[in-house]
Amino acid sequence: MRIDTLTDTIGEWLRGTGPESDIVMSSRVRLARNLAQFPFVSRATDQDRAEIERVLRERISGVPVGRGLDYIDVGRLEEVDRRFLVERQLISREHADAQGARGVAIDGAEQVSLMINEEDHLRIQCLHSGLDLRGAWEQIKIVDDQVERVVPYAFHPRWGYLTACPTNVGTGIRVSVMLHLPALVITRQIDKVFRSLHKISLAVRGLYGEGSQAMGDFYQISNQTTLGRTEEELVQQVADVVPVLIDYERRAREFLVRETQQNVHDQVSRAYGILRTAQTITNEETMQLLSRVRMGVLLGLIGDVKIADINSLLMRTQPAHLRKLCGSDGAGADDIERARYLRQHFEGGDASTRAAAN
Amino acid sequence: MKCQQCDNPAVFHITELEAGSVREVHLCEEHARTYLNQAEDEAGESAKAAGKGGALSTPLGVGEIADDLAALDKRCCDMCGITFFEFRNQGRLGCPHDYVQFERELEPLIANIHGATEHTGRRPTRPGVGGEAPGGTDALSAVIGMRRDMREAISREDYEAAKEARDAIRGLEEAWMPGGRGGASSPSTEGQP
Repeated sequence: MRIDTLTDTIGEWLRGTGPESDIVMSSRVRLARNLAQFPFVSRATDQDRAEIERVLRERISGVPVGRGLDYIDVGRLEEVDRRFLVERQLISREHADAQGARGVAIDGAEQVSLMINEEDHLRIQCLHSGLDLRGAWEQIKIVDDQVERVVPYAFHPRWGYLTACPTNVGTGIRVSVMLHLPALVITRQIDKVFRSLHKISLAVRGLYGEGSQAMGDFYQISNQTTLGRTEEELVQQVADVVPVLIDYERRAREFLVRETQQNVHDQVSRAYGILRTAQTITNEETMQLLSRVRMGVLLGLIGDVKIADINSLLMRTQPAHLRKLCGSDGAGADDIERARYLRQHFEGGDASTRAAAN
Repeated sequence: MKCQQCDNPAVFHITELEAGSVREVHLCEEHARTYLNQAEDEAGESAKAAGKGGALSTPLGVGEIADDLAALDKRCCDMCGITFFEFRNQGRLGCPHDYVQFERELEPLIANIHGATEHTGRRPTRPGVGGEAPGGTDALSAVIGMRRDMREAISREDYEAAKEARDAIRGLEEAWMPGGRGGASSPSTEGQP
């Protein structure tokens, strides 16, 4: 697979379609699996890692997934390409930063990815746009069964699927949704919401998972425990809480419009103004302003922008995407390039962005 | 490893010995302080109780606890060689067999993380091989120890032993993963007379 071909699309998580996609950006299920005949990755020798990579790559290549899997040798990628895959949520930051033999198999629709030699030998992920945890679970179950036919997963009758970290043992499942919650942030209710999620054993993380900052009001909600409940129960645990959060966010948005319309309209318009005119702008500021504009469009406060365009910009203004699109080398000029890209887009000068977003 | 109370990294790893069983607590600095203050308060209470004649609450000698801990920390996995101490430090296990080797020590830790000690989810459909319970794969994890033996044999130039280990690895892998070699590393023959 040529990574450059991926710049033509915007990836599954920001496709911006599917149920409740005004708030739920994407739904993800991942499974942690290991081969029984090798040490876990952190204790594997270079030779072990190379063997694990070879065995999994060869055996996975025959697994029928969607339109077929493409394999990328992550160990040989340039840094910018590894970042690019992280921005598209196809590999984790840990996988990008790791050393030694490792790779990822991705299906043509960018819904399924199989990471080899992440923290575990194999991490299977299914990512669907909008609220579709059930669909992602049904899809990953099939992929998991198919891989299980060709490799012996480490399994213990009592502990379940064995993982490098005991926090993943049992089902090895992590069920998560990526939510856009700007109104709960503006009305300062977000901390209260997170505290109550924590009480029911759900974790809240930023854009790129564990340890990452919440940028642009995007938050990932996921299960914390993996043992003692079935996969269906764990999927349901996250699925049950999403409608409640959607309801809170919608009410907060209604409140903003009803009680502080002038104020919120001003905030959104200023954000839009900066994005259209700035001469230099960081990734963080861009995410924050695009988040506000996204909310403004959904509230009907900005008329001439499409949500698909905002989603596209959220993806394409991230550092690695921008470098690949603009061909810059990242030597300090990123913020200037980003501002130029945004201005061009809003002036209607960048047809490719619009075409790809549609 | 993350703090068990919040998302911050766990920097304090506390091992509690309670009624003969071991419990691991992993906390960030802030929660460790709260936790230890609580423990101190409880100890104060029990000391008061002891003053009233509660002979059972005589504390264990510090040396005794340290000895138990040191003995536990030195225990290592027969397959990958990781010690329990290394696991406690890194928060990552060495190989699938650790769950069998350290089952007793891991049980309280896993119970603490998940609030459960029994998997109830999906199971592999493949049948047990080599007397293994259905789905269980510990017999195959023996390959991890064999591979270590093979590498050691090569390093001391005992090619006969290396070849035996290699054949045993291939036999097990073929039984579990038919249709091609699944990861047995061939002993290098370079320098062999």
